[in-house]
Amino acid sequence: MVTLSDLPDQSRAERTPPTPLELKLRRRNRINAFVRYSLLILVGFIMIYPLLWLVGAAFKTNSEIFSSAWFWPARPTLDGFREGWETSTPYNFGHFFLNSMYIVIPKVIGTAISCTLVAYGFARFEFPGKKILFSILIATLLLPDVVTRIPQYLLFRELGWLDTYLPLFVPSWVAGDAFFVFMVIQFLRAIPREMEEAARVDGANTAQTLIFIVVPILMPAIISVCLFQFMWTMNDFLGPLIYISSVEKYPVSIALKLSIDATEAFNWNAILSMTVLALIPSLVVFFLAQKSFIEGISTGGVKG
Amino acid sequence: MAELQLKSLEKKYGNGFKAVHGIDLKVKEGEFMVLVGPSGCAKSTTLRMIAGLETITGGEVRIGENVVNDLVPGKRGIAMVFQNYALYPHMKVRRNLSFGLKLKRQPKEQIESATSDVSGILEIDELLERLPKQLSGGQAQRVALGRALIKQPEVFLFDEPLSNLDAKLRASMRVRITDLHKRLRDEGRPATVVYVTHDQVEAMTMGDRICVMKDGHIMQVADPRTLYDRPANAFVGGFIGMPEMNLVPAVLTRDAGLRLTAGGQTVEVPEGLAHRLNVEDGAVTLGIRPQHMSLVDAGSPGAFDAEVVNVEFMGHEINVHARLGEAVLVAVVQTTDLTRRIARGDLIGLRPYAARIHLFDADTGENVSLAKDH
Repeated sequence: MVTLSDLPDQSRAERTPPTPLELKLRRRNRINAFVRYSLLILVGFIMIYPLLWLVGAAFKTNSEIFSSAWFWPARPTLDGFREGWETSTPYNFGHFFLNSMYIVIPKVIGTAISCTLVAYGFARFEFPGKKILFSILIATLLLPDVVTRIPQYLLFRELGWLDTYLPLFVPSWVAGDAFFVFMVIQFLRAIPREMEEAARVDGANTAQTLIFIVVPILMPAIISVCLFQFMWTMNDFLGPLIYISSVEKYPVSIALKLSIDATEAFNWNAILSMTVLALIPSLVVFFLAQKSFIEGISTGGVKG
Repeated sequence: MAELQLKSLEKKYGNGFKAVHGIDLKVKEGEFMVLVGPSGCAKSTTLRMIAGLETITGGEVRIGENVVNDLVPGKRGIAMVFQNYALYPHMKVRRNLSFGLKLKRQPKEQIESATSDVSGILEIDELLERLPKQLSGGQAQRVALGRALIKQPEVFLFDEPLSNLDAKLRASMRVRITDLHKRLRDEGRPATVVYVTHDQVEAMTMGDRICVMKDGHIMQVADPRTLYDRPANAFVGGFIGMPEMNLVPAVLTRDAGLRLTAGGQTVEVPEGLAHRLNVEDGAVTLGIRPQHMSLVDAGSPGAFDAEVVNVEFMGHEINVHARLGEAVLVAVVQTTDLTRRIARGDLIGLRPYAARIHLFDADTGENVSLAKDH
């Protein structure tokens, strides 16, 4: 009687045994991969360690922070968060978060709208002086930020905008961020004009073409603009420091420094806890936007 | 549907370059007009001027009774199909179709019935809920066609709509478009069409009439048969027909009979050509299509002797390339007509059919062998 095991194992029989050279190459590949990944993990860990330490330290006691460089807290505590949230001012940290939003939200919306409009103009229309205006736009990109600080300050003082949020977001409403305009223009240049022409033939006017056709196609670019603007504004320290003087209007970035100034013995764990909290909005927005950025519509309507 | 008329239409760019040199063209109501020419002949520019996507620097475009020079594209009563489809990538097929009607604020029921109407005609019902990126090339082109059709425009404009498709699909779309044109005509709503292509097969098979363009000038406007049989000039003769018409410098003499000298050989041309000639003796360009020569033995009367330089076997026919003086003539010979094998280096005789000989003015390129034909 023939059993199953008597049958020759076809797959094994057909497989030729590896030659010594193949074995050698395989082994070398494995060693290479091991070395490569070990190195990457090590360097990656070194790079991310300060961040890990920050998060860990937020859960440490004040005394432990300086006694060990290791990031994992020995006795995790939420004291830092509790104290940091209350702050030494009459306002809790939620108030400062809200203040940040008063700057960030109008600024992001204004940037998205104004940059799209200006970029659309530059990328799609011919008008007298276009070349010169575009050169000026690019030139402002190369201008160091600090050289305009003083003239800007004087200007906003004349307007009576000091100690308000206006100087922080109004420039963005008029496409003050040349970098973003440039970014959207570059993206627009890569998009064939036929879709807009098709829309015009379909009877759309310039505004309708922009809103119904260009903006949806530009969405990935606009989302990146919003993303960058959100993070940069959230982290902006110098702007609010110059223009905002009353504590009740402080955004998060200044409020963090406030706790360093106000207390005699620094409550480092409170400061670090709030720093961790301050990171969260940017991280959340980044991950949300990243998803829609990747899912963003490709220009699938065009084959060429 | 309406007639389309171009009157001394001109396009001059800011840098002084003149792309279109005052062309006149009349496309009759319901006519399928093909604009054809090599790349850079301004056929697309002309189409875009009709559409309103390019400014007009001289002359006028008339659709029906109206001069539309200063109207925006949406108000001209045109619809356009683009080479790369230009579907709106973020809208489903249904919205792509209905976008134009929605902008016109047509009632919802009307839009819906028009959409289902058009998608039925073009067999795209099943694609309505898809995004353009989920369509194949042929499907996308059908949707683009539907987007034009749904508007029921006065004039349809096609800008090389099939050049992104593979050969097989192109052939079937060609038939589909001409069928659609006939069908609309039969249904009593004829469509005036201007169709731009660089592909002469498309031009010949689709057009009621063809307008051949070169460097911003119209070379000839005629139906496909006339264009092939009676090209107005050497350019049209060379452009239409596959393989290209042979164009050879020659000298015409008419002492005893009619003689043509080309490549150092003089051949007596039988009667039949002489009476339709409209030219003095002298330098001409001899034009003869590869299909209009018979292969004979070298030294035969009425034939040019030529040395075979290449033979292309195509199956049902062969293309013989043979050197006559400086020029290389191409002759298409039916495989069944061949009595012997032809190889490179053979000396053969090529006898043009007298009735099919074209003579073009050596300087202007104008066909001088047409005048007395009618």
